[in-house]
Amino acid sequence: MDRRDTIKTMLIGSISGGMILSACQPDADGNTKTEGASEGAYGRTDKEKARDLQIKGETFFTEHEIATVSVLCDLILPATATAGSAVQAGVPEFITFIVKDMKSHQVPLRGGLMWLDHRSMTLFNQAFVDCTPDQQKQMLDEIAWPDTAAPEVAQGVTFFKRMRNLVLTGYYTTRMGIDDLGYKGNIATVWDGVPADVLAKHGLAYDPAWVAKCIDQEKRAVVAEWDAEGNLVN
Amino acid sequence: MQIKKSSKEYDVIIVGSGAGGGMATKILSEAGLKVAVVEAGPHFDPADPEQRTQLKWPWESPRRGAGSTRPFGDFDSAYGGWEIEGEPYTRVPGTRFNWFRSQMLGGRTNHWGRISLRFGPNDFKHKSIDGLGDDWPIGYDDVKPYYDKVDKLIGVFGSKENLPNEPDGFFLPPPKPRLHELYFIEGSKKVGVPVIPGRLSMLTKKINNDRGVCFYCGQCSRGCSVYADFSAGTCLIFPAQKAGGQIDLFVNAMVREVTTDDEGKATGVVYINKEDRQEYALKAKVVVLAASACSSARILLNSKSKQHPAGLGNSSGMVGKYLHDSTGASRGAFIPALMNRDIYNEDGVGGMHIYTPWWLDNKKLDFPRGYHLEMWGGMGMPSYGFGFNPNDLNQYIGEKVGGYGDQLRKDVKKFYGSTVGISGRGECIAREDNYCELDPEVVDEYGIPVLRFNYTWSDHERNQAKHMHDTFEEILDAMGGKIFGEKPGRDADFGLNAPGEIIHEVGTTRMGNDPKKSVTNAYEQLHDAKNVFIVDGGPFVSQADKNPTWTILALSWRTSDYIVDQLKKRNI
Repeated sequence: MDRRDTIKTMLIGSISGGMILSACQPDADGNTKTEGASEGAYGRTDKEKARDLQIKGETFFTEHEIATVSVLCDLILPATATAGSAVQAGVPEFITFIVKDMKSHQVPLRGGLMWLDHRSMTLFNQAFVDCTPDQQKQMLDEIAWPDTAAPEVAQGVTFFKRMRNLVLTGYYTTRMGIDDLGYKGNIATVWDGVPADVLAKHGLAYDPAWVAKCIDQEKRAVVAEWDAEGNLVN
Repeated sequence: MQIKKSSKEYDVIIVGSGAGGGMATKILSEAGLKVAVVEAGPHFDPADPEQRTQLKWPWESPRRGAGSTRPFGDFDSAYGGWEIEGEPYTRVPGTRFNWFRSQMLGGRTNHWGRISLRFGPNDFKHKSIDGLGDDWPIGYDDVKPYYDKVDKLIGVFGSKENLPNEPDGFFLPPPKPRLHELYFIEGSKKVGVPVIPGRLSMLTKKINNDRGVCFYCGQCSRGCSVYADFSAGTCLIFPAQKAGGQIDLFVNAMVREVTTDDEGKATGVVYINKEDRQEYALKAKVVVLAASACSSARILLNSKSKQHPAGLGNSSGMVGKYLHDSTGASRGAFIPALMNRDIYNEDGVGGMHIYTPWWLDNKKLDFPRGYHLEMWGGMGMPSYGFGFNPNDLNQYIGEKVGGYGDQLRKDVKKFYGSTVGISGRGECIAREDNYCELDPEVVDEYGIPVLRFNYTWSDHERNQAKHMHDTFEEILDAMGGKIFGEKPGRDADFGLNAPGEIIHEVGTTRMGNDPKKSVTNAYEQLHDAKNVFIVDGGPFVSQADKNPTWTILALSWRTSDYIVDQLKKRNI
């Protein structure tokens, strides 16, 4: 069942309590918007839409820079037997956007990429992207472990931390990354407590007195009524 | 510039559409009154497909939900934030205050935490207990019937606990605790800190046929498209419109001032339409301010006339004084027992399923007022920032930090859902010398003088924050946690958030029986103008260690009933 169907079912079924997803009151102009959202809508105000458009029209990285970023992406998160790589997940496109959205990334990334090429020229007499994977990994080994890195590559360590952060956050916020992580939420569901096998594994149990206060999910669709003392009667 | 006047006269103009304004809109329109609601921001409906953010995935935002334009991230429903372009505020040098504004239908109720706590009997009479601040002119028994009605109208889950200063209400049943919350319950038990089910305004059970029931996406801050959580638009204003109320809704309309006649009574408001930047005048028999504690104070101070030379309602000089926000401090920890978790959907409601109300006796402590605890953690949906420093926690288990390649994927999964935290939210003593006032020099882009803040913490709050951190450490330690960072010292106010940051600011138009020491009477009616009322957090005399919204709602309902009664008796 895809997400749209899930929502539909939820709304038709007892979970919804009769609401229609697109139901809304007339706005200030008297228009009632009952149609579906426009393409790519994610709840932006007009000002925010204009800002997104402006950012998308700007260019920051050079072709060489984005090529280097892409190589770094797949060294940091290569494909596995079950999950695609950072490049396959579109992480370079995310990084291309985020450096324009958050200008504080610009100098550290641009300078860091240049630092990396300088290091590469010093060690291998060619740009980072032109090195062999083994040579590239040799350079990453110098800067990927902050606790043991040599002081002379400290700036590289700082750059690589930022790069790794952006690659991971870019990856785990895609469908591919979320599937790899295994996050199961962001859907309509009914929460009825921690699964029994998980409780057992942690040596925990629900206190019966506590659970007695909690919602009986069988009765969630029954309209609440109380006695005069505030005791729920249904 | 000419002020455009409407020939229509309303019974009531309500300025602002958040908790207080929304409730007034509902009660006054249902009484048959002709109502104008004047809101500074745009219309908002979380069910509108163009405005909706609920159930969006992080990749639907090109910045993956980061906070570049909205401080709580792209999917948070609050329009506005700590700074609003074109609408500055200033601070007296050497003092701090951060002001969160959300200009939109429903105001800040669209993104708030929905923690819905009644003030208890002591909270209205704290001066009688410890000699600090002032007592309210009303007590719990005056507000109780309205709390009861708010519970039944809007819905709040919780449990009957018979605690003396945490009154029970008409609760919906709470959801069961999540795994990290069970760890909190166990850890707290070991150190003698009580934990009870949370009290939040989300519908775990159907409350009427107009609103949906919670489907546990954990995203209340995004606004609920089936109206299963409380926001003023979806639960108060829309139903009032649907019931056929005579409500004219003005959006993008920034009120500059309340207009008055020769006798000093209010005649209406002047607002600036943000779209055409023209000024408009509206007339009414009664003006209800609900623009937020500080915005309502600003409107009063900007409403100067011959009859009200210091600003409307300000003959006492008390408008803007006694500004106070909740105190706040937080601490996080890594729980090794929560490594390598089995993954299942534990989004739950958009807030805590458990909490700790204040449990100690301040007579035995070196600070006068209490705080409550909010616990957080869990396997949340990734957004911008997820995966940063992916294996820094390896330092706690003797493994290497850093690297690249497949190991990073394993580390991310290993630590997913293993960090937790606690926040303390406490009561600050209201003081005359913590205030907002008009900045003598600065105006916003509509030419309206802006607020200047002057706010400092005292040792009452600092010592409380120190105690919070002691508590955090005890609980997190008892959970087997590796606590992040060092306990903040005196140089950092023992970890107190800056004033304003808990977004519970109240007190700027406080109520009282003495017109020389207060702005409104016990019915939130200006001492200086009988047909002006304030139904936001402004009339609070003291804040309590509770979130203010439930009390704003109850008092707004009580005041609205009073307005209807006074209009009938022709007293206003």
